Amino acid sequence: MSIAYQIVVCGSVVPDPLQTLEPVTGPGGPALKNEMMLPAILDPWASHALYEAANLAKNSPGSKVWLVSLGPKAKHQQVMMTVAQKVPFELVALDGPASGFTEAMEVAAALAEAIQAIPGLDKSKLLVFGGWESASRGAGATMQMVGERLGITDQFQGVDELKIAADGSLEILERIEGGKHQISKCAGAPALLGWATGNLPEPKNNPQVGMVNMRTVMPALQKAKPVKLAGEGLSFASVSLPKQLRETKIVKDKSADDIAKEIVEWIKK
Amino acid sequence: METILLLAHTEADGSLAKSAREALRAARTLNQALAGSSLVVGLVGENVQAVADSIAACPATKYFGVAGKDFAQSRYASDAAAAEAICKSAQATIVVAPATSRWARVLPGVAQRLGGRADTHVTGVADAGGKPAISRWYYRQRMEATLTRAQRPWFILVDPGSQTACECGAGTAKIETVAVNLPDNCKRTTVVGIREPKADAQTIRPDAELLFVTGAGWTKKQADGQTHVPEAEKLIRGFLQLSRASLGSSKSLVDQSGEGQAVLSFLSHLNQIGQTGSTPRHPKGLSTCCHGEEPHTVGWRFINERRAISLDPNCGWARGKADVLYVADAFAVMGKINELLAARK
Repeated sequence: MSIAYQIVVCGSVVPDPLQTLEPVTGPGGPALKNEMMLPAILDPWASHALYEAANLAKNSPGSKVWLVSLGPKAKHQQVMMTVAQKVPFELVALDGPASGFTEAMEVAAALAEAIQAIPGLDKSKLLVFGGWESASRGAGATMQMVGERLGITDQFQGVDELKIAADGSLEILERIEGGKHQISKCAGAPALLGWATGNLPEPKNNPQVGMVNMRTVMPALQKAKPVKLAGEGLSFASVSLPKQLRETKIVKDKSADDIAKEIVEWIKK
Repeated sequence: METILLLAHTEADGSLAKSAREALRAARTLNQALAGSSLVVGLVGENVQAVADSIAACPATKYFGVAGKDFAQSRYASDAAAAEAICKSAQATIVVAPATSRWARVLPGVAQRLGGRADTHVTGVADAGGKPAISRWYYRQRMEATLTRAQRPWFILVDPGSQTACECGAGTAKIETVAVNLPDNCKRTTVVGIREPKADAQTIRPDAELLFVTGAGWTKKQADGQTHVPEAEKLIRGFLQLSRASLGSSKSLVDQSGEGQAVLSFLSHLNQIGQTGSTPRHPKGLSTCCHGEEPHTVGWRFINERRAISLDPNCGWARGKADVLYVADAFAVMGKINELLAARK
């Protein structure tokens, strides 16, 4: 039995992790220095979720993938130039801040509202995917709140694998402590999965996929709903970079024997 | 007046994890700092009496418990129902819990149900002029913030390893049982097992004294113009067996498996530390053949003493980040280290 899933992937736009990030205090609270100038990417774990969604859709005929993403319109436009070439999806864009200092509850409310507004959504076929944490707020809280708002109580976080059984049940591997995985069986959709790395490599850019996606991406960006995140009740006392510079002692002229002895003594100390 | 609830679950063997005692420490810190506050304990598991007794000497005024077979497994629907019921019974305004995989999965959702807020990866709690404040990291451990919140209940999930475990003694705790009747739609998911590496292949050890970080240099061409991946594997495996260190890896080394390059067979994304990996906490860290600048080095942000072995004296991973940088060939040094460790056995 093959089920045609409706897979909604929640994502956000984040600064390229390779950039230097520096906090500043803006009129609305903490922000990043030159935030709008920083090159952006689709959040890495949300990207894994998107690739897994596309793979599942490919193997489940009739399935469809939506990407519901929150971020500034201009950043979305930049990010979609790459992401849209990876896998087929329909974009639902929300025009709002992508800052890590925004409140998870408010972000979840905006994402859940956007999901509920997708025409023809059938909860019995619904799988909500996302990254288990973002590279910005990094809280690992938003997806659970989205699930609650959608009434989904079969939720999984740190997912590395999803298998669909012949009867439509789901077998899910979640990361737990100590490098182990918990294996769970779920009766079927609806379910929410916060993905960790998964098992799929990043797909190569495919211009044909890009062409098809861009037909919906540009209109989606034009009608992106503005989202205001007030951060009500949240007060930051400080945001700072850690004092991380250590006085590194450089040992250049010792033999491997001597270095080994020194390290073993240090380990055993 | 704040009611501070320490919310914990039992482990598979019925015990209380060290991370729960660390969260208890944070809860007690808040309790002591906030005048007029009270501390209560909530427990979830198949049987909770033994766990409650094990911390009965702590200054909690009440103990709440949800127990039964349905609450033995780590499952969102049942855990959410149990946590929600305890929070309501305790009328908790602040909920302090260990950031275990089980609670991290469910408590933000419970905060949503109760109209509260949730903060995870919390590394410190304090009094900010009569109000509770927390410290946590943003942008993958690259900047630290201190914040307060007006909303209640406020769920505070404390990162394991960030607090000293509370060693309050045992006694007899009187538990107020909270009844939770799970409807069938909360039983759609069943935990069927745990997948773990074989004992001799276990490379992630959260409680290890030492984190051993391997970089992509192990699989690159060496001085003779050849790669020596099998030898690298033997050295690293040997060191892990002798030292009982936990193994971390740079992203570039883990990613090589997806790029068709030579890889260390025992490494997976679970070993990855840094930007899109974990940031483990260990007293000591030894990195070998690692390269890269700031974004990559957050992987050992929470390692206290750090040493590195690299052929590059200007290595951005080590300079200014490690306490000692040995400019040397890691193959030669690790071989000698293994000999010395083996001789000490």
